[in-house]
Amino acid sequence: MNEKIRQAIRDHGRMPVDIDTLSDDADLYQAGMTSHASVNVMLALEDAFDIEFPDRMLQRSVFESVSSIAAALTELEAGVAG
Amino acid sequence: MTAIADREALLLQAVREIARDVASPTADEVDRQARFPSEAIAALRECSALSALVPPELGGGGVSFQTIAACCLELGRCCGATGMVFAMHQIQVATIVRHLGPDPWFESYLAELSEQQRLIASVTSEIGTGGDMGRSIAALGPADGDNLTFEKQAPTVSYGEHADDLLTTLRRTPESEPGDQVVALSRREQTTLEPTGTWDVLGMRGTCSPGFVVRATIPSEQVLTTPFARVAAESMVPASHILWSHVWLGISEDAFDRARSFVRASSKRAPGQPLPAANRLSQVLGRLGLLRAEVSSALAEFCAASEDPARERLSTLAGALRFNNLKIAASEQAVEVCRGALDVCGIVGFKNDTPFSVGRHLRDAMSGPLMIANERIRETNAGLMLIAKEV
Repeated sequence: MNEKIRQAIRDHGRMPVDIDTLSDDADLYQAGMTSHASVNVMLALEDAFDIEFPDRMLQRSVFESVSSIAAALTELEAGVAG
Repeated sequence: MTAIADREALLLQAVREIARDVASPTADEVDRQARFPSEAIAALRECSALSALVPPELGGGGVSFQTIAACCLELGRCCGATGMVFAMHQIQVATIVRHLGPDPWFESYLAELSEQQRLIASVTSEIGTGGDMGRSIAALGPADGDNLTFEKQAPTVSYGEHADDLLTTLRRTPESEPGDQVVALSRREQTTLEPTGTWDVLGMRGTCSPGFVVRATIPSEQVLTTPFARVAAESMVPASHILWSHVWLGISEDAFDRARSFVRASSKRAPGQPLPAANRLSQVLGRLGLLRAEVSSALAEFCAASEDPARERLSTLAGALRFNNLKIAASEQAVEVCRGALDVCGIVGFKNDTPFSVGRHLRDAMSGPLMIANERIRETNAGLMLIAKEV
């Protein structure tokens, strides 16, 4: 899952640094992801994982690191399974 | 409960009187001379209105955000510039109060603000960022000891020369990315302002907002711990859009009242005659009704969302869209209402020295679409709408 997330960030995050140099917990916004680019990352993730983020998840804190995105996706997938 | 209700009512009453007795008589002069509305601001200090939002335990009035919004409307009705200065100050106070959390220095600062009725201005815009408040070029750099220093090129600083303190957005460190911002408070005596232009403008002339190079050296405790991105989403942006909108609504209400007085006077002169101006007035009322509805529903939504300790709704993209929309809609409607009032009054509205003059109202309202340009907000919204679900 984390590699798929990283791919979406690599393709759409327009980061000034290589995502591979950042840990799963690194703050993506501090590393230079703009809010504009983060919208494209969200769209790419919805596509890649075939899910829709509800409005309550569409906020900065959910998309600030690879692991926070993974936690949100896990929650969504558990919801679908349950 | 009753004591609180009394406090709210007393403040609103005092502000209403200041608007009527101090701001209104000087409004035309403030506008013509593009001078700071010092009498009205002094009167607001006198009744401790500058600390009205500060919690009582820190010496403030502890009134609700709703009451402050109502005060902005009352002041805007009588003098757009006074209303805007008051609104901008309250936005800075609200921002600090809502993000006090781990910062003891800011608590003592608020106590001092309450005691001395200090006026805060903000330095958020910056040359070279294309009007994007979410990015900074200027950064906090190390200085002697525990001090930090910065230099920021600000294209406009509202009432910069008249403020006691400045709240400035900056990159966290010289190495930080443009979006990694914090907010720093600098006192006037820690700051130098080098003017880079004048303030000879179409409207909101009394806000005295020329550009400056702002330089300051401050102890590190004068930087809010909460990142600006959170401060902006949860407080500064929605509070700005709501309080500005109340000022624009106040300006529009007065323009409408003047148009209505004009129609009444005309109908008395020719009783029973058809009055085309009255039809136009009813059109203006329709627009004013839309403006009132948008402004009051946004205020109610913001206050409801603020009751959640996590302010979850305000952090979401849908929340950002909501308050961006308010800004666009209210600033555009206000111009339309004032222009409609001018249509109703005709030449006596166009003249600057009649009881039905609405030129100042129209010019003041025209600043609205430019304060954080609506074009820029539309661009942001365009992105947000791609992903937000319930909009």
